[in-house]
Amino acid sequence: MRTTTRRALAAVTSLLVLTGCALSNSSDDAGEDSTKVVVATHDSWNMSKQVLRRFTEETGYEVTVQPSGDAGALTNKLVLTKDSPVADVVYGIDNTFASRAVDEGVLVDHAPSDDPGGEFEPQDATAAEQLTPVDYSDVCVNIDDTWFARNDVPPPTSFDDLADARYRGLFVTPAPSTSSPGLAFLAATVAYYGEDGWADYWQRLVDNDVKITSGWSDAYQVDFTQGGGSGDRPIVLSYASSPPFTVDDTGEPTTSALLDTCFRQVEYAGVLAGAANPEGARAFVDFMAGREFQEALPDNMYVYPVDPDAALPAAWAEYAVPADDPASLPESVIAAHRAEWLETWADVTS
Amino acid sequence: MRRRRGFAGIAALAAVPLAALVLFFVLPVAGMVARGLWVDGSFDPAGALQVLTRSRTHEVLWFTLWSAAAATVVSMLLGLPVTFVLYRLRVPGRRLLRALVVMPFVLPTVVVGVAFRTLLAPSGPLGGLGLDGSAVAIVAAMVFFNLAVVVRTVGSMWEHLDPRREQAAAALGASPAQVLRTVTLPALAPSIVAAASVVFLFCSTAFGIVLTLGGLRYSTVETEIYLLTTQFLDLQAAAALSLLQLFVVTGLLYAAHVTRTHREHAVDRASARSVTRRVRRADVPVLLVAGLALVLVAAPVVTLVLGSLRVDGGWGTAHYRALGTVGADNALLVPVTDALANSWRVAVDATLIAMVLGGLVAVVVSRQGRSRGERRGLALLDAVFMLPLGVSAVTLGFGFLITLDRPPLDLRTSPLLVPIAQAMVALPLVVRTIAPVLRSIEPRQRQAAASLGASPLRVLRTVDLPVVWRPLLAATGFAFAVSLGEFGATSFLARPQQPTMPVVIFELISRPGADNFGMALAASVVLALVTVAVMATVERLRIGSMGAF
Amino acid sequence: MASRVSTGSTAGGGSTTGGGSTTGGGLRVEDLTVRFDGVAAVDGVTLDLDPGHVLAVLGPSGCGKSTLLRAVAGLEQIETGSVTYDGRDLAGVPTHKRGFALMFQDGQLFPHQSVADNVGYPLRLRHRPRDQVALRVAELLDLVGLPGHGDRSPTTLSGGERQRVALARALAVRPRLLLLDEPLSALDRGLRERLAVDLREILNAAGTTALLVTHDQEEAFAVADRMAVMRAGRVVQSGTLEEVWRGPVDGEVAAFLGYATVLEGEAAGRVLAAGGRVDPAGARSGAVALRRSALRCTTDGPLHGKVLAARLTPEVTRLVVAVEGIGEVPAVADPDADVLVGHDVRLTVDLGRAAVLPARPVDHTP
Repeated sequence: MRTTTRRALAAVTSLLVLTGCALSNSSDDAGEDSTKVVVATHDSWNMSKQVLRRFTEETGYEVTVQPSGDAGALTNKLVLTKDSPVADVVYGIDNTFASRAVDEGVLVDHAPSDDPGGEFEPQDATAAEQLTPVDYSDVCVNIDDTWFARNDVPPPTSFDDLADARYRGLFVTPAPSTSSPGLAFLAATVAYYGEDGWADYWQRLVDNDVKITSGWSDAYQVDFTQGGGSGDRPIVLSYASSPPFTVDDTGEPTTSALLDTCFRQVEYAGVLAGAANPEGARAFVDFMAGREFQEALPDNMYVYPVDPDAALPAAWAEYAVPADDPASLPESVIAAHRAEWLETWADVTS
Repeated sequence: MRRRRGFAGIAALAAVPLAALVLFFVLPVAGMVARGLWVDGSFDPAGALQVLTRSRTHEVLWFTLWSAAAATVVSMLLGLPVTFVLYRLRVPGRRLLRALVVMPFVLPTVVVGVAFRTLLAPSGPLGGLGLDGSAVAIVAAMVFFNLAVVVRTVGSMWEHLDPRREQAAAALGASPAQVLRTVTLPALAPSIVAAASVVFLFCSTAFGIVLTLGGLRYSTVETEIYLLTTQFLDLQAAAALSLLQLFVVTGLLYAAHVTRTHREHAVDRASARSVTRRVRRADVPVLLVAGLALVLVAAPVVTLVLGSLRVDGGWGTAHYRALGTVGADNALLVPVTDALANSWRVAVDATLIAMVLGGLVAVVVSRQGRSRGERRGLALLDAVFMLPLGVSAVTLGFGFLITLDRPPLDLRTSPLLVPIAQAMVALPLVVRTIAPVLRSIEPRQRQAAASLGASPLRVLRTVDLPVVWRPLLAATGFAFAVSLGEFGATSFLARPQQPTMPVVIFELISRPGADNFGMALAASVVLALVTVAVMATVERLRIGSMGAF
Repeated sequence: MASRVSTGSTAGGGSTTGGGSTTGGGLRVEDLTVRFDGVAAVDGVTLDLDPGHVLAVLGPSGCGKSTLLRAVAGLEQIETGSVTYDGRDLAGVPTHKRGFALMFQDGQLFPHQSVADNVGYPLRLRHRPRDQVALRVAELLDLVGLPGHGDRSPTTLSGGERQRVALARALAVRPRLLLLDEPLSALDRGLRERLAVDLREILNAAGTTALLVTHDQEEAFAVADRMAVMRAGRVVQSGTLEEVWRGPVDGEVAAFLGYATVLEGEAAGRVLAAGGRVDPAGARSGAVALRRSALRCTTDGPLHGKVLAARLTPEVTRLVVAVEGIGEVPAVADPDADVLVGHDVRLTVDLGRAAVLPARPVDHTP
């Protein structure tokens, strides 16, 4: 009887100790102070600690990162909390959501003194004053070169090819309604075929048995022939930066990006209105535009730095060349038409 | 006088969990709904309610209801035989199997989606069935996730059900089917209703799995809310759908409550030893169904395991060895092993919160009200704590952000927010596992103990605890599993500063490259195995004679 | 009757009980063995039970009697042997098709059904018309002395009432065999005695064939007309109540049946001699079991002893007497007789209150 009691007590005690540790360990970064900069960003945030430590060394500010959701969720979260922001600075609003953030008054003006990403500035004037371009990625159709070589089929090169009967049943893309590269591809087709032509193009894609998945990982990892599984579609929507990840034993990538099918997604940083630490926020935006952060982008976050002089990793320089002339649309046009496009798109594809 | 005091005591017990519920559920959800109903500062419900008249809304609601209902029914049809086999038959390895059944519960939806699609895609081993992107695939995945709920909720009651009552019925001439219908199921009804309502709520608010497997053909109220809130910022429509969800869930809970109150009775308990029996030839059909259910659970898991062992076209453990690193091309900020440690810590916090709150709620709602009003109050309390399961994680997550934004309650960036959110999801499970068992305790036992001079606390310890000990452990393991695997609600909150396993797995699978994909699968397998280990340990924990206190 | 004329009872269960009828009707258990994890709980048991009789299987807890009952009901797997009813082998016949009814120690009423629904349960299983069910239920509740209790919930009943309801339920479809597992053991003594009488009357009135297992010899005597004594998985003795009571096969059975003392060897011989019996077998190696009233104080008894303890009861004075050449034995005295501790007394032996046990074959202890 005593033993039982003692054993039960021991169990409870050890549980409490374990928990006590857990609670105290995880609460050490709570609280506010002026040396702290809080960064709101999306789930794909992945910057190494060394780089952030350099920022602290240079400016004295400690960085706390709060990733949540995708670019859309991030933007909407900022809109909803604009009266009482959760962070000082945002990174990760892209050109498809930039207008919403700007229109809702989430941000305040700030531009780094030394801004290397001039050519990526938002086209809208207010937006350009508030948002600082940090990186970009080209969403492009990728193909499995080995598949085309093996099957002796000439690889496709253009949007029109994807609707060609020769490539029937070979293309898989994530949906624009649930995936941000999916939306980029839709925007690319709008930019390429125009307001009046893109719906017809999608109808041709559907007639050519395009497969539409909900997310990128689904399309790439399950359906794509070079993905993680054993997919059966050799054409997939991905990024211009994807091929280096498929380098095989021969040192050559097994896939390539079709650079005539790209849409450029630009990610911005900005200082939040009502930031507790606006000084620190501005410093961090400047830091992101700086060389060190720019050069760390490809390895850590798989995006191209906006700084044209930033050095790229060797494999990127060779196999992940960005598009020369990617499609783009003014962010205000995307914002104004997004809902309407998605509705039309849903009508065409369902 | 005395009576009122007793009730006041119970109300005091309920105060803490109630406060938590108001703060971490009612307030955030109300905040989000209010944003949708007040347009530009003026109350304008018409705009929101107009959404409910759209034919698309009707389609979405219809699909939500029938897919969740179908998944619930199938989960029951497959889960009850599994429960019977694992808790009543002396099947070799049943303890391990009980733990294994829970594996799916913690797998991140994105991984399960990939595993299911790998099986069902035209190029996959089951591609011939043509189920890729079909409603059947969605329902199958829901069943895959929720079988564990049925097995564990019903199992904790079934393993105590005295088999002699069934034997008496059989000896009176009842065939096995009649025994099942007239004796076993009525006796299990409380836990069956509990399990069914939890499964239904889980299914009707499943969104990751619907997005992944449904492709674009199918959407549920939950996926609509997700898209409306995170992509279109159409808060009006989202508020309307959230209200619709609340309405449906409330109706369901009321129905469950009506069913339950007619069913719950004191149950004779039997020791676990005597309730299991040897397998007979007549058990073959049940064994077959249970086997089928276990295959359904195993197939996607096996797919994951095989995928995780594929290295450059051959086989190997390289992906597992890589878990100690940050992945190919620095895919991760921290090694997966660190993420596992982080997950563990968050899960311990969440479990503790869920158990304390859930335990209190279970104790309170399982008391017998002395008057009509008291009984009503308790029933209401019981239902209210189920609501977090039935309401959109997106609404809740965004609600946190807009309501908990004033000191001293600015918890938006607190590291406790994630465990709290997870605890709110686990709490109904805890209550549902413990309360039916507590209710089945003969109240006269408590009265007897009290009459012998036992304080209420001591009554709890000497009467309730010995009986409820195993369900309590089951609930603990469950809460832990919920927290380890939960990604939905928390992904809309500020994610924990140190990445957890589901976050890391999501990161890995979102990168091109076979090594990252392999590591994602390997990490999922490890996460599932850790869960199985926790569950198996909990199964083995036995505090020999709690009654001896 | 001479006490040795039991029905050929021997250890090992070769015996049968059933009152001499050989129609082949009723229950026949033959050489039945049930094992749990290799250990025999029931070990080669053979029993006969003719229609209309009530057989009590009496034994200490853990002797395998409940397992035997469950095997007859079809709830335990039989390793060897057979259970037949009316000549038909029941192997492979599932419990619910045997036409039996089983009543547990604690009744096992269904708490989610009313008393009437519980009693009517077997009738509804057989799809009897509703009005017939109601009629029969009322009749049964009358029979067990609970008229008008039909709408109550079983949880509101006392223990005795629950057992009555369980009995009514078990009798509802007139089972060809009623199996009773310690039906009265959970009740208090007074209730048990009353209910035992009721139970016997109800069974007799219904002409029910019943197999009762119990550890309480009073319950067995009150309800049954035949008895089998079980020990360690085996039937060690069986016969009519009279036969078993008069001629227990050994000291253990005697003690279990309620005999106060078992004497062996010379002590046994002296008691028998004092009782006027010269039995060479008993005198040499047999034993004799004595009830508390087998020895009585008289002025001219053949045995001499000294009173060690005395206790007055309304009927008799109960004594413990140290008897020369025999040892400490219980005895009684007329309450009027002035017998006190320390007195020397003389005792007579009433062999009607004793049972002579057969010689033990091997393990005779000196």
